[in-house]
Amino acid sequence: MKERPVQDIAHLPTSGFGTVSPIWWGTLGFVALEGTGFALAAGAYLYLRQVNPQWPVGAGPPNHWPGTVMLIVLLISLWPNALADRAARQEQLKPVRLWLIVMSVLGFVAVGILGWEFAHLNIRWDGNAYGSIVWFVLGLHAIHLITDLGDTVVLTALMFTRHVSAKRYGDVSDNAFYWYFVVASWVVLYALIYGVPRL
Amino acid sequence: MTLARTATESDVRDTGLDESELHARLTRTWRTGSRLLERLASVDHKVVGRRYIITAFVFLCLGGLSAVALRMQLARPEARLLGPDLYNQLFTMHGTTMMFLFAVPVMEAFGVYLVPLMVGTRNIAFPRLNAFSYWVYLFGGIFLWASFMLKIGPDAGWFAYVPLSGPDFSPGKRVDVWAQMITFTEVSALAVAVEIIVTVFKQRAPGMTLDRIPLFVWAMLVTSFLIIFAMPAVMVASTMLILDRLVGTHFFNPAEGGDALLWQHLFWFFGHPEVYIIFIPATGMVSSIIAAFARRPVFGHLPLILSLIAVGFLSFGLWVHHMFVTGLPQLGASFFTASSMLIAVPNGVQIFCWLATLWDGRPVFRTPLLFVLGFFFIFVIGGLSGVMVASVPIDTQVHDTYFVVAHFHYVLIGGAVFPLIGGVYFWFPKITGRMMNERLGRWNFWLAFIGFNVAFFPMHILGLQGMPRRIYTYLPEMGWGQLNLLATAGALILFVSFVLLLVNVVASASRGAPAGDNPWDAGTLEWATTSPPAPYNFLRIPFVTHREPLWDNRDSLPVVTGLSVDTREHLSGTVTESFPQLRESSPEPSIWPLLAALCVAAAFLGSIFTPWAVVWGSIPVAVTLTGWFWPKDTPEDEK
Repeated sequence: MKERPVQDIAHLPTSGFGTVSPIWWGTLGFVALEGTGFALAAGAYLYLRQVNPQWPVGAGPPNHWPGTVMLIVLLISLWPNALADRAARQEQLKPVRLWLIVMSVLGFVAVGILGWEFAHLNIRWDGNAYGSIVWFVLGLHAIHLITDLGDTVVLTALMFTRHVSAKRYGDVSDNAFYWYFVVASWVVLYALIYGVPRL
Repeated sequence: MTLARTATESDVRDTGLDESELHARLTRTWRTGSRLLERLASVDHKVVGRRYIITAFVFLCLGGLSAVALRMQLARPEARLLGPDLYNQLFTMHGTTMMFLFAVPVMEAFGVYLVPLMVGTRNIAFPRLNAFSYWVYLFGGIFLWASFMLKIGPDAGWFAYVPLSGPDFSPGKRVDVWAQMITFTEVSALAVAVEIIVTVFKQRAPGMTLDRIPLFVWAMLVTSFLIIFAMPAVMVASTMLILDRLVGTHFFNPAEGGDALLWQHLFWFFGHPEVYIIFIPATGMVSSIIAAFARRPVFGHLPLILSLIAVGFLSFGLWVHHMFVTGLPQLGASFFTASSMLIAVPNGVQIFCWLATLWDGRPVFRTPLLFVLGFFFIFVIGGLSGVMVASVPIDTQVHDTYFVVAHFHYVLIGGAVFPLIGGVYFWFPKITGRMMNERLGRWNFWLAFIGFNVAFFPMHILGLQGMPRRIYTYLPEMGWGQLNLLATAGALILFVSFVLLLVNVVASASRGAPAGDNPWDAGTLEWATTSPPAPYNFLRIPFVTHREPLWDNRDSLPVVTGLSVDTREHLSGTVTESFPQLRESSPEPSIWPLLAALCVAAAFLGSIFTPWAVVWGSIPVAVTLTGWFWPKDTPEDEK
């Protein structure tokens, strides 16, 4: 079919941040489906609580300190995360590197706290259905923490190579966006894992 | 670092190039090479989409053959063709294959192939993820069928109810195979859903505002949202099941505080939207076919879109109607009866819009339209029996009988497979460049239509007579023999119709009449390009002025210029208005998605033997994912 040019887009940029970037939307899609997974796991937790006359079943509530420390560390991490995002949007390499390193360190700290948390749930996954669901919910969040840590470490390494480009800054910004989801989901799961057994 | 680069000599744009040079350059940039490694590394949505379609039809063939075996066994009382164990495996394989390896993937496959063409872009969003999703799907399907060949095929039904599927009643690996096959297919489906949403949101051609999006694309968009919010439920459920079986958790064990109904809730929270995940894309196909053959735009474009969205929302409020006999509180049962009947309203609106289109148009009765007419007839019957079983007293009576088997085959084959086969006849010329044989097509349709009704209508009666589903044989005194024989005869006719389809596809692919760009004189953008489409889809990105752009621009197609031709580049724009925002680079071919899929498959496979496979398996997965994302010094990666 014959073509008839009506618009020229040669001047457009080749990368952008936030809603301009397709990867931001892709990340949002994964946040939505993983958030659904969290919601269903939480629903299963509350369902099992409903069908059991006593909750927790056969154990005391979990020691809340590891989870509380986790909450504090994750809330603190919001600040360097926002700074990494801002530096990326301004394409400032040095602060991006700095805040990515800080985020990697905080990620390792969080993964360390995870081990502490599992050890103080006061029940094993095969103890009873309460043990199973509490390990499941915590495990689901653990997978997110660990994968985001892996992502952050690789991205940090990348920012020390010759591959730094506008696109990489977009990646840093999207990684920061995903971290907000990891933190926000913990606020809810913290209330579920440590609050609900004490109700 | 400059965000906005202007055209330089090293960055050639499509603006002033003549057609032959543009074609040559774009082909060099976008083509898939012919060597094996290049083929395996392809990220072209058409290559991956074609593989998806062919693979899904291979699974249709396997699922269909298992159905034929089941029907042969049931053709007469006390037949000894299949024993009870093989029968259990076969009906489980049939349902599992048809739902997870055929119906959902084939709809997504058509989306993968057609959506980027219909919205006027060069490739799907996240093309490497797309390639990865295909490989994961393929490996999951091979895993299931290889297990069946090794006599460890799942045997607890396609919805694997606990406690039957739990560790106490299903020892061995059969149910583990089923549970991990779920993980494979859901990973793949979720990835494609995200790709399609982002392609539709961000990569539409300029001018394609929300109200100009083709109805098939709308249907795929709604479907993708359903997948995102429904499929995590079955992943959560199947993971819990495999944990109960392998590491001694107690999610579904009532003796330790678990609950068997939790499985049913989680499964059907996925399972009911699943029906619409299969059906909604088919409605998109129906809209495309009706517009082309009624020779007018579809009547009620807006009500149709609103119906799609309404069906999408309502489909999440129906799952408990699969559980009416589990002893629910009466209020709950009433609520789900009402919501189940409610969903018939938007579905009815769609049917009336299509009928009005045909009424007001000048219908051309070619094979694709015949299959759509068959869809009306069969799907409406399935819908009506659906309204019947939405009522608790009727459902209690016919639950787990052949009435339900008849109902859901009328809905699924009528609602999805008939439009799909119509879609095959409709888009085959675009995909291969050749027409399918019309005479064979008519034979195909009539045999399918008659065969289907002869096979499945008697099952309504058998169900009312009390014949339960999932029994491997029955006594002559039950009096079910003649209707079963009739159903088997129908099934064989239906099978022959599919053989004709296969013959038609194979013969037409090499000897069919050349199709040209737009053999049906249809109005949407996929018909603006060559058949089969060039690797880059469109020489220049179209500018959309109408819902049926090719009917609005009969002489020449308005296009935008300014994209790079020597690097892979496509346009990205705003979500609602589709104003151009970026010249976004599109990833080059890569072998890493295949390697990552192999590592993921190894980890999933290992996990049914030891939970440590997940821990150790995550290392090669992490390595291949890093290899996948690490920049490769190409302009696409470095921009």
